[in-house]
Amino acid sequence: MRFAVSMLTIVGIASIIGTVLKQNEPYSNYMVQFGQFWFELFEKLGLYDVYHSIWFLVILLFLVISTSLCIYRNTPLMLRELKAFRENATEKSLRSFSHQNEYGFSGSAEETESGLAQFLTARGFRFKQLTHQDGNRLMAAKAGSYQRLGYIFTHAAIVIICVGGLLDGNIPLKVQEMLGYKKIETLDIPPSQVPDESRLSSRNLSFRGNMSLPEGGQANVAYLRVRDGYLVQELPFTVELKEFRIEHYATGQPKSFESDLVIIDRQLDKTFEHTIKVNHPLTYKGITLYQSDFQDGGSGLAFNVWSLLGSEAKPTSLDGAIFDSTSFGEGEDALKIEFNDFRLFNILNLSTDGKGKPRNVGPNVTFKVRDAAGQAREYVNYMQPLQLDGKAYFVSGMRTTPQEDFKYLRIPVDTEFSIEGFMALRAVMFDSQAHAEIARRLTADTLNNPAEKDIRENFERSVIRLLQLFSQGGYTAIATEIQQAIPEAERVKAAETYIKIIHAAAFEAYKMSLQRSGRELVLDDSSEAFLKDSLNAISDLFFYEAPIYLQLKDFEHREASGLQLTRSPGKNLVYSGSLLLVLGIFAMIYIRERRIWLLIKPNEGKVLFAMTANRKNRDFDLEFARYSEQLHHALESGTQERTT
Amino acid sequence: MDTPEPLFRRLNWQDWLYALALMVGAIFAYQQYHSFMDAYETGFLFGAAIVFSWLGWYWKPVRLLIAGVAVISIVSINLYGGSQSRAEEAFLLKYLISSQSAVMWMNVMFMLAMVTYWLSLFSKSEFAGKVASSFTWIAVLMGFVGLMVRWYETYLVAPDVGYIPISNLYEVFILFCLITALLYLYYEDRYETHQLGGFVLVIINAGVGFILWYTFDREAHVIQPLVPALQSYWMKVHVPANFIGYGAFSLAAMVATAYLLVDRGILASRLPSLEVLDDVMYKAIAIGFAFFTIATILGAMWAAEAWGGYWSWDPKETWALIVWLNYAAWLHLRLVKGLRGPVLAWWALVGLLVTTFAFLGVNMFLSGLHSYGEL
Repeated sequence: MRFAVSMLTIVGIASIIGTVLKQNEPYSNYMVQFGQFWFELFEKLGLYDVYHSIWFLVILLFLVISTSLCIYRNTPLMLRELKAFRENATEKSLRSFSHQNEYGFSGSAEETESGLAQFLTARGFRFKQLTHQDGNRLMAAKAGSYQRLGYIFTHAAIVIICVGGLLDGNIPLKVQEMLGYKKIETLDIPPSQVPDESRLSSRNLSFRGNMSLPEGGQANVAYLRVRDGYLVQELPFTVELKEFRIEHYATGQPKSFESDLVIIDRQLDKTFEHTIKVNHPLTYKGITLYQSDFQDGGSGLAFNVWSLLGSEAKPTSLDGAIFDSTSFGEGEDALKIEFNDFRLFNILNLSTDGKGKPRNVGPNVTFKVRDAAGQAREYVNYMQPLQLDGKAYFVSGMRTTPQEDFKYLRIPVDTEFSIEGFMALRAVMFDSQAHAEIARRLTADTLNNPAEKDIRENFERSVIRLLQLFSQGGYTAIATEIQQAIPEAERVKAAETYIKIIHAAAFEAYKMSLQRSGRELVLDDSSEAFLKDSLNAISDLFFYEAPIYLQLKDFEHREASGLQLTRSPGKNLVYSGSLLLVLGIFAMIYIRERRIWLLIKPNEGKVLFAMTANRKNRDFDLEFARYSEQLHHALESGTQERTT
Repeated sequence: MDTPEPLFRRLNWQDWLYALALMVGAIFAYQQYHSFMDAYETGFLFGAAIVFSWLGWYWKPVRLLIAGVAVISIVSINLYGGSQSRAEEAFLLKYLISSQSAVMWMNVMFMLAMVTYWLSLFSKSEFAGKVASSFTWIAVLMGFVGLMVRWYETYLVAPDVGYIPISNLYEVFILFCLITALLYLYYEDRYETHQLGGFVLVIINAGVGFILWYTFDREAHVIQPLVPALQSYWMKVHVPANFIGYGAFSLAAMVATAYLLVDRGILASRLPSLEVLDDVMYKAIAIGFAFFTIATILGAMWAAEAWGGYWSWDPKETWALIVWLNYAAWLHLRLVKGLRGPVLAWWALVGLLVTTFAFLGVNMFLSGLHSYGEL
């Protein structure tokens, strides 16, 4: 018994590991998380897929074997107990019971016996009668014997459930892999090129695989992810995706994911259509197809590419598609852009306190920009401006590793809700030839006309210097300059002055940018905010780590549906085991096995009442007290039991 | 001599009237809404009528509770008259029986009940105990009214939004408080003791505290539509079964606390005997275990339909297994080995930590397929 409890504890503790460590992640993630040494150790211990590791399976197998042994050993005993009445109890043995009583009776022995028989039957006891040599009559009774079945059922259930689970687990595969028949494929190659040793035939008894189908696409294999690679599972039919749909609630949250599938069975020369959705799978030829997730299926994309660190005011265009890559620029500055994901709907909660309602903010695109050295950074760009703190911005997130959170660049919209105003301003600010003109205009505006010439020139020079610094490194460059050139006591004041000058210069630049694009200056609160946000954004460009901004102009949405395909013959075994388990638990807990002996001694005119239960608890004590009272009443007062 | 009679023979005309009313209600609901229900839901509807009939026969106060919940909920729904904004306009709705107000009354009543139970424990006042018991009953009544009316309110948001309100953390916390309270009231009735109320109401009020924080800080009471994975008839059986388990385990842990106190001679003269405490603790764990097993199996069957496999070793599933193993070991020790005493009480108390982690901790610290009730 101690052993059983330890077994349960061990399974429990082993299970915890897999909940603490995220299972079945790409191996590179673990590598980054743990470092080389721990990564390899954990891999050897099978911690990345605990529940399919050898040692875990051994524990389960051990549980199955030991429980089976328990059943084998105890069942005959239990069945005997279930049938036996224990009618060979003697008066002496009954007197040793903790729960016993003796009563006198007044009527005839036969009358008393039939009264007692009624007493037992009415309380659900079955009994056996026999006469002892000394003329005493013994009634050996019992109730609730089926409690014993509870033991057998629960223990058998655990074995059945585990066997069913192991059948659906990957033991056969594990064995084949150990014997060298099967090998995990780790290369990213088309399914047709995957060698036979990494393929599983469609006769494979049990599997759980995935398939991603773009709209209009077809497939007759599923992928089983195993550790850091995969196996190809052949299917006895072909699946085609006609259409994938996401339905939405009025609030924008997704309401249902549905795939219109066509199943093409070449063996039976049969084709049919079926729509699956979450919670409504399709089962065909013992294989169940579930709607599991969805991805992009290679959407077409069209971008405006804005150069960020130069004085170019106009964008160039670029086309691409998800899962494709393209190159931009030439020579050493060439960049490779890999498009990873496109999402039509993004439900975000943008309210400052997080309490507002989440809403759809429109499409975004995720891509990587890889430089000539092979270093990649990941970006996520939203197509439409997002409302942040009451103002609208074009937002682009950047991160260097998948473990990091995105850091966001916010580009303010102009009066026409477009990015062009900012880009025009940025072009002027980064145009070193314009700096002199800005400085001249600013000086003319700021200093009174009679100001002395050298003061004017000095001022102009410092404006140009500041603009130069700003266009080389934003606020950071100016801060560095202050650190280096100005004594500590005056730094705060200098910083304030510099920022004022930069703002004023930017305002001149803004006017120039409007002139260049032939637009009118409209002065209000928003233009001041626009300037401030623009300067912050320009300053942040130096941390954006890409010289270009990809503005998504247009897209052609193509979706892919993620299907899960399983064949699990163990399922019915598990379900029937579960039923047995529930029956067993209720039997064990709610059926109480009790035995009563009534020894009628005609010679003494007495009845000995003894009672026992295989579980002595409060209910049993109460029941014994009740029966004692009732027997006392019935026998000693001489009344017979009321018949009903 | 009194002969025990089977349940059916013991029923009086009120029992039959009660069952009849339930069945008529079910038939009416079926006539009105059968076009929106699938075979399973029809089964659940009539199954519920049968189960609640039996429950009311087995434990009589349930009859009055269900009648009360039905009448008040119908009044509330009529006051709404199909318009959400009535919640702010109609006096009765605003202050008493809109779902939000009813839940608030439940909270208040549970708090009052806890204070009164402790008062009765220390003053040894039987009267205070009865008052506390009434508070608890009113809390349960208002809580169920709150859930029933909320069920209706979800359909007022939009017909396609409507769902049974046991689908997010806010709603299941209400369910948790109600089920734990009902289980307690049952034992209170059967063991004729008000003395454990103070202990059990502590855990219920922890739930109340969570509901209040969740309402005021996170506005969790705002009705949000269900994600696709949760739109299933399985929800209607999986979740309640689970919460009978959680509720019973929590109850057992609170009784275990009382047990450990009495075992050390603290409050021993005021609390029930060790024998009674041990018995209540065992019965709570037994019923909790039975329902937790059913819930886990139902969960597996649901998972087979929604996730493509009956067992995915998702953190929530795994922790459910751990909870199950924990109480399986507890019962094994008690039933097969006959162990009694403080060890089992300590174990039941530690069991509450494991259960709480499975219930809340997994949602807070681990990610997985069950990420509906994120904090």
